[in-house]
Amino acid sequence: MTIPMSPDTLIMTAVSILVLPLVGFTLLLFFGKKLPRQGDWLETSIMTVVLGLALAVLAQKLQYYHDDIIALNFTWVDMNNVPGIGPLKIVLGFQLDNLSSIMVVVVALISTLVHYFSIGYMHGDARYSRYFAYLGFFSFSMLLIVLADNLLLLYVGWELVGISSYLLIGHWYEKKSASDAAIKAFIVNRIGDVGFFIGIAILYHTFHTFGLREIFEAIRGGHLPYGSEGWLTAAGVLVFCGAVGKSAQFPLHVWLPDAMEGPTPVSALIHAATMVAAGVYLVARTFPMMTADALLVIAYIGAVTAFISATIAVAQNDIKKVLAYSTISQLGYMIMALGVGAYTAGFFHLVTHAMFKAGLFLGSGSVIHAMHHALHHQGDHQTDAQDIRNMGGLKEKMPITFWTFVIYTLAISGIPLTSGFLSKDEILAGTLAFGGLSGHILIPITGFLVAGLTAFYMFRLVILTFLGEHRGTHRLEHVHESPRVMTVPLIVLAALSTFVFFSFNPFGAADGWIARAIERPESVTPASVAPATNQVFEEALHHAHLPAMGLSLLVATLGILIAFATYYWRKISADRVAESLRPLHTFLANKWYFDELYNGVVIGGTLGLTRALRWFDNIIIDGVVNGAGWLTKGTSFISGKVDLGVIDGLVNATAYITGFFGLLFRKFQTGKVQTYIVFAVLSVVIFYFVFRLV
Amino acid sequence: MEAFNTFFGEFLVWLPNVQLAHFLIVSAILFALGIYGITTRRNAILVLMGVELVLNAANINLIAFSRYGGANFDGQVAAIFVIILAAAEAAIALAIVLNIYHRFQTINVDEISTMKE
Repeated sequence: MTIPMSPDTLIMTAVSILVLPLVGFTLLLFFGKKLPRQGDWLETSIMTVVLGLALAVLAQKLQYYHDDIIALNFTWVDMNNVPGIGPLKIVLGFQLDNLSSIMVVVVALISTLVHYFSIGYMHGDARYSRYFAYLGFFSFSMLLIVLADNLLLLYVGWELVGISSYLLIGHWYEKKSASDAAIKAFIVNRIGDVGFFIGIAILYHTFHTFGLREIFEAIRGGHLPYGSEGWLTAAGVLVFCGAVGKSAQFPLHVWLPDAMEGPTPVSALIHAATMVAAGVYLVARTFPMMTADALLVIAYIGAVTAFISATIAVAQNDIKKVLAYSTISQLGYMIMALGVGAYTAGFFHLVTHAMFKAGLFLGSGSVIHAMHHALHHQGDHQTDAQDIRNMGGLKEKMPITFWTFVIYTLAISGIPLTSGFLSKDEILAGTLAFGGLSGHILIPITGFLVAGLTAFYMFRLVILTFLGEHRGTHRLEHVHESPRVMTVPLIVLAALSTFVFFSFNPFGAADGWIARAIERPESVTPASVAPATNQVFEEALHHAHLPAMGLSLLVATLGILIAFATYYWRKISADRVAESLRPLHTFLANKWYFDELYNGVVIGGTLGLTRALRWFDNIIIDGVVNGAGWLTKGTSFISGKVDLGVIDGLVNATAYITGFFGLLFRKFQTGKVQTYIVFAVLSVVIFYFVFRLV
Repeated sequence: MEAFNTFFGEFLVWLPNVQLAHFLIVSAILFALGIYGITTRRNAILVLMGVELVLNAANINLIAFSRYGGANFDGQVAAIFVIILAAAEAAIALAIVLNIYHRFQTINVDEISTMKE
């Protein structure tokens, strides 16, 4: 990559990156079953090409256009003056800045690896080609979110990833739980999306544009929604609502654990690495317009989410459920980082988390695949292949899966030499700096607590899955390492979870290329409601860095040690701890009773309302309708009588009279000429008298 | 005889005083007799004879009005036309009556009613 591409070439390459997966989707949808191998090679090779293009674009962007924003705009609707609305012109477009070019690579990379992994994992599935088609469709939608430079296109992509998530969670729709989970994910997301939509509506109504840069410019120029800073905060929080839904933040986090009903590679791609990170990406995109109040809301939502889901993860036994709650917790981390103003750290964590969490999910997929195989071989259809209580000792049989899994776990726990350490450390330093600046001390405390919890439950997972004795009879003999098409993506992701790809200094990412490429944009909000400026924040961050690193290492080590003491060395009996804290354990194992709460309040409330409405319908509306019916019936009864008696009487009377005269006059028509002559003579006589008298 | 001679002698004296009304009375009597014949006879031939009486009553009227009314012969010409017409009518009517008799073996008009209903 020594020859610089022109900006036009670069943006057109980005657009082709966007379109290629859609082409693959269309081809697979229509011809998938007819292609050899059901067309998996088509979608996979398209994604490989996309990955190559994405890497080329990123390299070009960072090397030659480091501080530029390359945009491609086109007018979608231009209606000059619409009566009652004013000029209506909607300009859409794509943009390549450092944020989007890095995100494109992340999406393309994870997507490509998941495609390869799926060839092994989904082998022999009933809807194999459909699965790959949907993966391609998802990649397209996700890239649309990433490349959009305006809220409208972003929202379109936002809904499209929602629908592809729905389709892929419900891939095995014969299973009731899978189709339920798909519907739940869709509906819960919709709640957040309504907020997002209202936010977009407020912004469009004020600025008459969907373009993010134009909106920021207008706000910088002192133009506020309805002239009020409160409305700006409201717009920010409403846009963040979309992120709450998509990134599974409290209180809308309930869909993500259920989404694990989908195939595991899908969980890795959509529900761990990319789609759920779209919320974080959205907050990063709209960061400049967020007021201090909006950011505080965001920070607290992130902290609460991180804490709640980390505690739940401790008490889960399903390997994918643990990872799901860990994902929610880490997403909470990113949101919290953005909320406190650690913009770079938040996005950095998004990137590193995408690598190791996709790895964790693919690793768990590899384990589940092997367990399924072993259980199937034994003819055992009762044992749950995803329950870590049925595992243990898999290390010897699945060395590649085990060692890569350990690397990911170290990364998520924030152990030095991993990518997770770099990003997590930045986040914790950010929260510490924010706590010092604003006095919201709860946020850094939650941050460190969650770091310790994360290390604990992740090592609990590793120990229970891979180490110790296998808890099952003769099952281990049938467990095999997964095929190479599945292990190679694991190795690639493990390599990407080390520090070297992000910074050559294993203890600080400040000099790494991401930290240089992603700079926190200055807030465009009025000074009175703006968060701490970059300079002030950097200052505080600098001081917080060392204590944060020490503390985070301490809590992580503590968490790991407790995990080993409890589950490996058996110094602490997990059962006895659970017994002595029975109410707390039950509370956590039941996920804080969120599902029950929502069932009771939302679904129960809806049902109650429906019943009330049904009563109203039955009694009032039906009463009115029936009353109207009776009234009509009565009226028609009377008019029927009138018809029969009066009208028909008149008609019949006419007929009778006519008939009577008919019969009477018939007598004169004898058919005899003589009679007629008599009548004629008589008539003449009568006429004579009549006219003589006159 | 004496009485008759007296009446006849007076009649002859009165005769030049015959007026229009006398002709009209004769024609009216003739007309009434014709109508009477038409309406009361059941024999088709007698009905035709009644018709001839009616026609001739009309002829008397025409000639009388011609003689006493205007100075021309229009009425008498019309009477000649009527006589010709009556001859033609009598010929056709008798032919019809012959046909009827041939078909029904009767010329009683009351019995010839197959076209009634």
